[in-house]
Amino acid sequence: MKENLLIVNICKEKLHYLEFVKPICDILDNNRIRYFVRDYIKVSKDDLKKASRIIICGTSLFDNYFIKNLRYFNWIMDFDKPILGICGGMHIIGSLFGGKIRRCTEIGFHTEYFSKEFLGLKEKCEVYHLHNNFIDFSKLNDFEVYCGGEVNSHPDLVNSEEKISKSKCSQAIKHREENIYGMLFHPEVRNKEIIRNFCLK
Amino acid sequence: MKVGVLFSGGKDSCYASFLAKKAGYDICCLISIVSENPDSFMFHTPSITCVEKQAEAMDIPLVLVKTIGKREEELYDLEKAIKLAIKKYKIKGIVTGAVESVYQSSRIQKICNKLGIECFNPLWQKNQEQLIKELIKNRFDIVITGVFAYPFDVSWILRKIDKNFINEIGKLNEQYKIAVAGEGGEFESLVLNCPLFKRKLKVVGFKISGSGNAFRSEVRLK
Repeated sequence: MKENLLIVNICKEKLHYLEFVKPICDILDNNRIRYFVRDYIKVSKDDLKKASRIIICGTSLFDNYFIKNLRYFNWIMDFDKPILGICGGMHIIGSLFGGKIRRCTEIGFHTEYFSKEFLGLKEKCEVYHLHNNFIDFSKLNDFEVYCGGEVNSHPDLVNSEEKISKSKCSQAIKHREENIYGMLFHPEVRNKEIIRNFCLK
Repeated sequence: MKVGVLFSGGKDSCYASFLAKKAGYDICCLISIVSENPDSFMFHTPSITCVEKQAEAMDIPLVLVKTIGKREEELYDLEKAIKLAIKKYKIKGIVTGAVESVYQSSRIQKICNKLGIECFNPLWQKNQEQLIKELIKNRFDIVITGVFAYPFDVSWILRKIDKNFINEIGKLNEQYKIAVAGEGGEFESLVLNCPLFKRKLKVVGFKISGSGNAFRSEVRLK
């Protein structure tokens, strides 16, 4: 199937499109990957049929309106092609699988530890955070946590003197059986290659 | 939504204002920080006092706060300025011209988060060549007010950003890795006219200081 990625925009504010969606479009353009963009309330059955894979972009610190509209994302449970949720997109995936949104503010560059290779990231990597909330995916049996939360409680990391984040938040997750990925950090700012790597899955 | 723009008078904050207006946001005020430290990590400094004339030309009120410009401490002055704007103009969000700098952007995000207002960065991660081309296409009249990297010299001061500029800066990018839109702090700019201005501004005087590959100008506008 020829690549035709669907980018889902969850921003309520028009101006946030340029900050959270456009940079993802630019990465795809630079990698010559075909895509189309839809606002989440306008995603149709036809769009889902056309899409070879889906990226649900993030949004700003105060824009949580999408979470009141989870019904627009029920298609995630039946979609059988790869999905990547970034920040707010990850909240949506976690919420649909029964996770609860919890408060944790992290802003700026942080060095995180990846217990296993995750879309090209492994061991220590600097990532860009911009969130007030997270979902603890370690409580969701369907998912494996690759970075953050329980990964950071490993004795080697707790005792490490290196500057590695001790974040309690699940930072990178994958569904154990499906190609559903989530990341709390923003790959459009740092580690842009994640987007390309996702398109190879 | 009522917003205030963090405004330095340079190309990025002017273009961010333009995009906010175009998207239907109500720009209630411009917020400028005048730093006494010419080497501020946080704020644009060459010709910063020109913001008063630019605000007049845009017919938008200006909130001006001075800072001595000590690293990190200058953030309190920025927070003070944003609080003033919230109180006086009831803004619900801040617009910035941040493109690449996580140092600046993450600090502004933290202040807005603390104050409970939105933070908009419409140029965030934008391709720099594309940015410069869009400025020219949208008829932004911009001059260089400071240069801070090899191989720039004093001849670049007050030079206009136009198609010739793009060609030359493109060559400097290939040879010396100079960022095309100056995102590495290689140069600073000043907008003399753009679609938001009700009248064009004119340089009526300037004072240049510096040496080697670092020069700045203090411009007087009319």
